[in-house]
Amino acid sequence: MAKQYETVIGLEVHVELATKTKIFCGCSTAFGGEPNTHTCPVCTGMPGSLPVLNKQVLEYAVAVGLATNCTITQYCKFDRKNYFYPDNPQNYQISQLYLPICRNGKVEIETEKGKKYIGIHEIHMEEDAGKLIHDEWDDCSLVDFNRSGVPLIEIVSEPDMRSAEEVIAYLEKLRMTIQYLGASDCKLQEGSMRADVNLSIREVGAEEFGTRTEMKNLNSFKAIARAIEGERERQIDLLEAGEKVIQETRRWDDNKGESYAMRSKEDAQDYRYFPDPDLVPIVLDDAFLDQIRAKQPEFREEKMLRYKEEFDIPEYDIQIITGSKHMADIFEETVALGSQPKKVSNWLMVETLRLLKENNMDPEDIRFSPENLAKLISLTDAKAINSSVAKEVFEVMFDQNVDPEKYVEEKGLKTVNDEGALRKTVEEVIANNPQSVEDYRNGKEKAIGFLVGQTMKAMKGKADPGMINKLLKELL
Amino acid sequence: MANIISDETIEYVGILAKLELSGEEKEQAKKDMGSMLDYIDKLGELDTEGVEPMSHVFPVKNVFREDIVTNEDVRDEILKNAPGEKNGMFTVPRTFE
Repeated sequence: MAKQYETVIGLEVHVELATKTKIFCGCSTAFGGEPNTHTCPVCTGMPGSLPVLNKQVLEYAVAVGLATNCTITQYCKFDRKNYFYPDNPQNYQISQLYLPICRNGKVEIETEKGKKYIGIHEIHMEEDAGKLIHDEWDDCSLVDFNRSGVPLIEIVSEPDMRSAEEVIAYLEKLRMTIQYLGASDCKLQEGSMRADVNLSIREVGAEEFGTRTEMKNLNSFKAIARAIEGERERQIDLLEAGEKVIQETRRWDDNKGESYAMRSKEDAQDYRYFPDPDLVPIVLDDAFLDQIRAKQPEFREEKMLRYKEEFDIPEYDIQIITGSKHMADIFEETVALGSQPKKVSNWLMVETLRLLKENNMDPEDIRFSPENLAKLISLTDAKAINSSVAKEVFEVMFDQNVDPEKYVEEKGLKTVNDEGALRKTVEEVIANNPQSVEDYRNGKEKAIGFLVGQTMKAMKGKADPGMINKLLKELL
Repeated sequence: MANIISDETIEYVGILAKLELSGEEKEQAKKDMGSMLDYIDKLGELDTEGVEPMSHVFPVKNVFREDIVTNEDVRDEILKNAPGEKNGMFTVPRTFE
């Protein structure tokens, strides 16, 4: 029988923190500025410049650590990691090796196989590097330092995962936790969350780990799943052929579905880490930790439980709505304004999800306000507009966050509640469609639908279908 | 000299430092590095039992800044420090990973 192999996976996850300024200087972190317009002597590594830690970075890092059950290092320091690369202007990256801010955490994940804890070895704070662009014309490379000094936390897991499914559940868990904290938007595609996969294989039952490789350039959950499968098979093929796995960093090419070696893995001491003398130690007292603890939000799991108790909406809706902090906020605020939970949920689950998908947007990009959604719901509750008009208004609201009351007023979309006018139109429709009238009288119930449609058309959509139905039945 | 630096070590340090050394320079570097390590070894003579490792000489801690943008666009000034410039960016020798 062929040998059975087990995959052992640990992750290094970099998360770009949602601060306004860089980690050690007052430059903006805004994305998409002209090259080098968000730079200063500190983040371009000029001699004599002095880095000073952004307090918000520390607070976010501690908040993430507490949320992932870590022990916070109350005496913590920064170290220099030395290496030469043109996107790193100081020739060292300011990071943490000896005393990282958070250690020994764990998070619970759930897959089809059940619940399981994934250990977190450590979380440290560090700075991002600049961006290199290769110039085809001049045979040189160009450097944009706008991203240099953008704050990152690196979350290093224990090698506790055994499948792509577990890896994705773990990443989802981290993403939800960090998004709920507001510490980052965690978008893989845009690079605000980056995952490097450390993977080795061993025979089922073996105690020792195999030699691992590190896989980079994974920017979607699908790419991660494919890279894990690809690397597992590559390593199995090597072992089966009697060869060895080499410890190295590999780059995944998702288009080709294969990876290639980037460099053999440097040992930690090659980076010649040493304490950064420019940055003074950070000493955190219990009061500081309590302060951060007090500010922790209600996380997704707690929210799901509360929704189940408080609102009469399906489990599936709860999952989708709480899958985005922003969407959950909109839901709760709209309900707080007096709208019925089921109706709010429906607008989010049906029309909102449809428009997000059509526009290739994330729930975080939703722009309409809870106030306007509440107004739209009360307009339909009061039968001031019918459901198809409501959908039309919603689309405009989704796009431009218009006030639905004003919009309906301005565009004259209000349902005509004047029974006299409606009755007159219904009479005309009956007179003009003798065939359908006869069909209906002969027992063809469906014929009434056509007559409702004709009336609605004559009313330019501004009528309540229930009322038309009632009048038709009465007059027929 | 108590610390003898091997050829492999000096070769390796040269790679890490991205330096290409001539044979003569290597010999000199081996001597220099050996005597530096000898000098540092003096510290080993001290009894440091029970002494916390120190990374900073000043008794200063918790120096932070608030998360407020204070820097403006000074690209033109910054680019004056660049070895070369193109399209608002620093030019460097062609580099691939």
